[in-house]
Amino acid sequence: MLGTPILGQFGPFLFAAPFKLHQVGWCSAILRSLQSARRQGRRYLYTLNTAGLKTTKFGLSLECTVADNCIVTSKYNIITFLPVNLFEQFQEVANTYFLFLLILQLIPQISSLSWFTTIVPLVLVLSITAVKDATDDYFRHKSDNQVNNRQSQVLQNEKWMNVRVGDIIKLENNQFVAADLLLLSSTEPHGLCYIETAELDGETNMKVRQSLSVTSELGDPDKLAQFDGEVVCEPPNNKLDRFSGTLYWRDCKYPLSNQNMLLRGCVLRNTESCYGLVIFAGPDTKLMQNSGCTKFKRTSIDRLMNTLVLWIFGFLVCMGVILAIGNAVWERKAGSLFQNFLPWDPSVNNFLFSAFLSFWSYVIILNTVVPISLYVSVEVIRLGHSYFINWDRKMYCSHSNTAAEVRTTTLNEELGQVEYIFSDKTGTLTQNIMSFNKCSINGHAYGTCTMQKNKDFSSWNPLADGGLCFYDGSLLEAVKTGDLVAHEFFRLLSLCHTVMSEEKTEGALVYKAQSPDEGALVTAARNFGFVFCSRTPGTVTVHELGRPVTYTLLAILDFNNIRKRMSVIVRNPEGRIRLYCKGADTVLFDRLHPCNHELMNITTNHLNEYASDGLRTLALAYRDLTEDEWEEWAELYRGAGRTVDFREDRLAAAYEEIEQDMMLLGATAIEDKLQEGVPETIAILSLANIKIWVLTGDKQETAVNIGYSCKMLTDDMTEIFIINGHTVQGVREELRDAMKEEETQGLGKACSLGNGFSEKPKNPTSPTSLLESISGEFALVISGHSLAHALEADMEYEFVETVSVCKAVICCRVTPLQKALVIELIKRHKKAVTLAIGDGANDVSMIKTAHIGVGISGQEGIQAVLASDYSFAQFRFLQRLLLVHGRWSYLRMCRFLCYFFYKNFAFTMVHFWFGFFCGFSAQTVYDQYFITLYNIVYTSLPVLAMGIFDQDVPEQRSLEYPKLYEPGQLNLLFNKREFFICITQGIYTSVVLFFVPYSVLSHATQSNGIALADYQTFAVTTATALVIVVSVQIALDTGYWTAINHFFVWGSLGSYFTILFVLHSDILFSLFPQQFNFLGSAQNTLKQPVVWLTIALATVICIAPVLAFRFLKVELKPQLSDTVHTGSHRSGYAFAHQEGFGELITSGKNMRLSSLALATFFKEKDSTEMRG
Amino acid sequence: MAASCWPASGFYREKKRNCSARTAIFDGGMMKNKEGEVANRPDNTAFTQQRLPAWQPMLSAGIVIPGFLVIGLVFIGIGVALFLGSQSIQVLESDYTGLNSNTPCYECSDASKKNCTCSIEFTLTKQFDGPVFLYYGLSNFFQNHRKYGVSRDYYQLSGDTAYFKNPSDSCSPYIYDSGVPIVPCGAAANSMFNDSFRLYQLVGGTKKPVPLDGKGISWWTDYNIVFRNPPLVNGSLAAAFNGTAKPVNWAKPAYELDTSDPSNNGFMNEDFLVWMRRAALPDFRKLYRRITQGDYAAGLPVGNYSLEISYNYPVIGFGGRKKIVLSNVSWMGGKNMFLGVAYLVIGSLCIVMSLVMLIVYAKYKFPEGDS
Repeated sequence: MLGTPILGQFGPFLFAAPFKLHQVGWCSAILRSLQSARRQGRRYLYTLNTAGLKTTKFGLSLECTVADNCIVTSKYNIITFLPVNLFEQFQEVANTYFLFLLILQLIPQISSLSWFTTIVPLVLVLSITAVKDATDDYFRHKSDNQVNNRQSQVLQNEKWMNVRVGDIIKLENNQFVAADLLLLSSTEPHGLCYIETAELDGETNMKVRQSLSVTSELGDPDKLAQFDGEVVCEPPNNKLDRFSGTLYWRDCKYPLSNQNMLLRGCVLRNTESCYGLVIFAGPDTKLMQNSGCTKFKRTSIDRLMNTLVLWIFGFLVCMGVILAIGNAVWERKAGSLFQNFLPWDPSVNNFLFSAFLSFWSYVIILNTVVPISLYVSVEVIRLGHSYFINWDRKMYCSHSNTAAEVRTTTLNEELGQVEYIFSDKTGTLTQNIMSFNKCSINGHAYGTCTMQKNKDFSSWNPLADGGLCFYDGSLLEAVKTGDLVAHEFFRLLSLCHTVMSEEKTEGALVYKAQSPDEGALVTAARNFGFVFCSRTPGTVTVHELGRPVTYTLLAILDFNNIRKRMSVIVRNPEGRIRLYCKGADTVLFDRLHPCNHELMNITTNHLNEYASDGLRTLALAYRDLTEDEWEEWAELYRGAGRTVDFREDRLAAAYEEIEQDMMLLGATAIEDKLQEGVPETIAILSLANIKIWVLTGDKQETAVNIGYSCKMLTDDMTEIFIINGHTVQGVREELRDAMKEEETQGLGKACSLGNGFSEKPKNPTSPTSLLESISGEFALVISGHSLAHALEADMEYEFVETVSVCKAVICCRVTPLQKALVIELIKRHKKAVTLAIGDGANDVSMIKTAHIGVGISGQEGIQAVLASDYSFAQFRFLQRLLLVHGRWSYLRMCRFLCYFFYKNFAFTMVHFWFGFFCGFSAQTVYDQYFITLYNIVYTSLPVLAMGIFDQDVPEQRSLEYPKLYEPGQLNLLFNKREFFICITQGIYTSVVLFFVPYSVLSHATQSNGIALADYQTFAVTTATALVIVVSVQIALDTGYWTAINHFFVWGSLGSYFTILFVLHSDILFSLFPQQFNFLGSAQNTLKQPVVWLTIALATVICIAPVLAFRFLKVELKPQLSDTVHTGSHRSGYAFAHQEGFGELITSGKNMRLSSLALATFFKEKDSTEMRG
Repeated sequence: MAASCWPASGFYREKKRNCSARTAIFDGGMMKNKEGEVANRPDNTAFTQQRLPAWQPMLSAGIVIPGFLVIGLVFIGIGVALFLGSQSIQVLESDYTGLNSNTPCYECSDASKKNCTCSIEFTLTKQFDGPVFLYYGLSNFFQNHRKYGVSRDYYQLSGDTAYFKNPSDSCSPYIYDSGVPIVPCGAAANSMFNDSFRLYQLVGGTKKPVPLDGKGISWWTDYNIVFRNPPLVNGSLAAAFNGTAKPVNWAKPAYELDTSDPSNNGFMNEDFLVWMRRAALPDFRKLYRRITQGDYAAGLPVGNYSLEISYNYPVIGFGGRKKIVLSNVSWMGGKNMFLGVAYLVIGSLCIVMSLVMLIVYAKYKFPEGDS
């Protein structure tokens, strides 16, 4: 053995020295001889790769990468920041493009503009981005440092980052686990230790981990130093609940499972200390594997914008080509003759070459149609919207002290376009707070009258938990009077569970339950006098009506999804052995003793009642075992436990053996309460034409019941289809039947067309199709196994067809993967924006798949939140997120983009027209400083202010009129058509801005006779007119003038004139005559009345048609927002009508009624339109 | 081995209860603190809650329709004023390129002829109110060409003698004339217009010269700030230009542009300044002289006149035209029919538009049969 430990020198933990000699890397896959490795006296870790081959992953080969425990999430350090960040930024196409332009501008023959017209905005944009990156990275450095410098005990006290694979680490109570460890031994008996996994999966209850029995004796450092086992395990992966590996030690092999692992991020609890062998370190740990790169999400506006930018580039090239051809013609016809006054450059001696250069010159000039500031501005606006969401007090939950949080700042406007919501049930729609609600004991139902207030149990039971909301006097009486079945019932509840108890202070028991249901059951038993106090691996102590009783725990027959039940076998102090079982009624009733038949029928009735109330039910039973029966079975059980292969199956078979002939005790019903405001939210969202799907792991009945209680399903629905087939054929049949039913209702086809806006873009708002999709109310409930068939390639189309007619869809018993697949399906077939909302680790896949992922924080840990784009505490905040923030974001972004493209086309196209009058020489119309500053100073802030602050209707209105949400879903505010309208307006403006000054100034003179047709005057006139026109236009576009808008609009105009006069001043000229040769132009030009008359004329010609068009549009074809906004303007009818309708929704009454109201509203609206 | 079946299992789903606020520190650096009940509650300010007081303008009929009407009326008013003002301005314009054989300057249009003069005779039947301005105009002349525009050296023109020896590269190809630096360099200066005009009133067979005033025809800023002669050397401007060549096309060096007035030479020659102020468009006019003196201060009286042109500037080669213009001005400058007409048209359109909107509005506001 290398490095015999020198005890005492470094403290007690020296034994790990040999482990530090080798580290695991995951690169090499060469099988090495174990023997040769052993000869070297070193210990190695072996891994099983995905193909199942046994390979060494490290070893002597130095070329393998070393995974140490240092975690680096930061990207830069001080030295690398500038080059790396610049390199990254120039990978952006836009930035490279501008760099290319910059290089073009440095070529004197081409340069139509000074280099600074590009470099100033470029540097500005790059530095804004760099500052943002640097700030982000600073925080990453900080958190990296904090984590990497945590102390851990290896050889000596080491920092976390120095921990290596193969090290043995000592953990003490309440310490964070530094890496993924194989638990070797613990100070607790049987090698047990307790961990809290809150950081990993958000669950705060304690979990038990146990070391292999062979290693559990390695209690002291000496023995550990001698430990020379080898581990073969799976490659690093992100499955938190699974680990498979084998330990080879002393010529034996021992299977390893997740039960033996301590994962990084967990905290050791209730355990003095333990030792673990590092299996995965640093980036290989499951925690880091899970935090892996999330898929970069883009909004549909982003994609549209990219397409449009490409089109604009095409347009730019066309313009360039036209002007280059013009240049060729001009140079040949006129330029060649004009050489007497303007000779050709010696290097450019023919017209074709001149045309070629002119093309590039024009590319430089016209590139401002896609200004570099576009992307930055869009990001700034989104960031602003994100802050507004973060700051929203109406999305703050005081109960859990959580504010809404935007985790991805680039998706906001997509919130205004959502068409499908996929929601988890438990914890999302419901509170995930289980309360023991009802029970049936020996055929007698208790808890039927729930109106009673919480009674204080403490008068007779000092250990009672005041938090329980269940009380039934007769039941309490029954317990007090010594009803044996009732006693047995609660004894079962207090014994048959996996809850851990913790006595924080004297007498104050705290239960830590893995599932809230169990917690509720144990708490109920506690209040009725059967107080579960503590447990050891072999015993359970219960205070039974004030008397402590310790049961010997013989076996736990664990719960799983297939068995749907769990049992314990205990021996009571008198020595009697009894099996207690609780489980799903369907499973349990098959295993009852025949004599229970009558009781079973009564209980079944009760269970049905409970289920129809949306409660979660369990049946309870027991069985007495004789000593012989137990011995016999225990043998079988031990045998099954010892096997390595098919251990699970054989255990299950053994369990099955003993869970027979049980005696029924009764049943429990637990309520999972709906969250506040869920039915109202769902009603409003469906009025906003958003389809809501519930994807849940719960069973069908529970899911359907929740569907009813949150008003997704109503009794008035035309039809609720239930797809429950187990075979491909069965599912297909059921789907076809559903389709047929829909068609016979005469609505199917029309609806399926009207639903996906992409499929029928020509008439997207057609009121008839809307009406129909509302009045034809179908719902569909599909179970997980049917869904598996429905998602197959040959049936998915049929499935989509069927479900797209349905208002509500409930998928029950679905796996996390299926959740993602369903969303994938809708994304593929519908081209609609999808939103997934959930709270648990099982929702992560769908949250990541959907366009927008929302995490509910506060209830179930943070797995979902970490994967989400938005997080908040309550489902009901969703309506505000979508209908208020999303709607505004979409509106603002669309208005911003329209205006942005407009202003740049108006600005740039003037050069195109001027080209025809200056020999296509790429002469700019404006001063070069104006070109530089136009986008970054003169026009940027007003439009940013509009993009951040604008509101068309107040927030209450968007909640009162969910239909206002529709333009977003139909993509009405910014699409290719709108884009063409904006650029047409921009081009029109540029025509006016060029030709009006052209016509006026060409022969104008000042009042002192001096001609006014010089280039500088023309430039100043056009530029001033442009700034005024676009300012008036933004003033028109701004619907919500806050002080900030005023400041920016007037400030921009002011800054234009200020900067103009400064740039044209004597001082700058005397310093740099060549650069600032516009001296005096502003003063001379702007005092001419003719110039102001020209500007006024151009402004009116540009703006008046827009104004008239908008006015007439509001009159002739009002949007709902116009009607809502103007309110009284149109006889106030719609207004008054909607008032009552809003109340209908909030009253939580029948959806049918509200949709009828809506239908009437649309009919009215329709008829007002018809009158036009 | 009871301990081996000591599982942590869950019923239903792995969900659990957690009512309290989370207090967790993450590897990712996510932190939530728990200072007090409402530590994370956002501030309740008008800004953060998007409740900033705001003015929400609307395109209501009450504003738009009268607005259009007012704009229309104002525009028509201005249009009438402009139109009438423009009508009152007298303009006399004559193309003297001499393309046709029957035009007076036909002879001179031959580029090979040097020092050619021709004269245009005209008769005023109506008093031409003063002050009268004399312009020359050029067509198809691209002073606004990008390369023409940059082909000058502002340092040189501001009298910086350092640039007399090394003119800027932008002047190419008019930087050096056989190795001697050209001052003023560049195509702009080189192409300076060099026709000159004299106006006579024909009074009973004698030519009475009309005094032409060349003072103050350039921009004040150009004359006083932008253009500066180099410091005189021994009191002589010519000496200051020593070691430089005149522009190729010029007949005389810069310091001899105006032989009659020594102060009107070099870069301070006003004709030079007028020329150097680039025109925006290929058809342009530049002020040549004012008629403000002597008997003609009030204008040109009725009578016959002769305009004598010394024809030097070749334009036929590139298809250009030259013309001479006599004009007076009103408060808004020279004759400009476009502006007046445009105001009238736009004003009328606004009024028409307001009527259309009124009709549409009325139809919707009071639909027939609606209460």
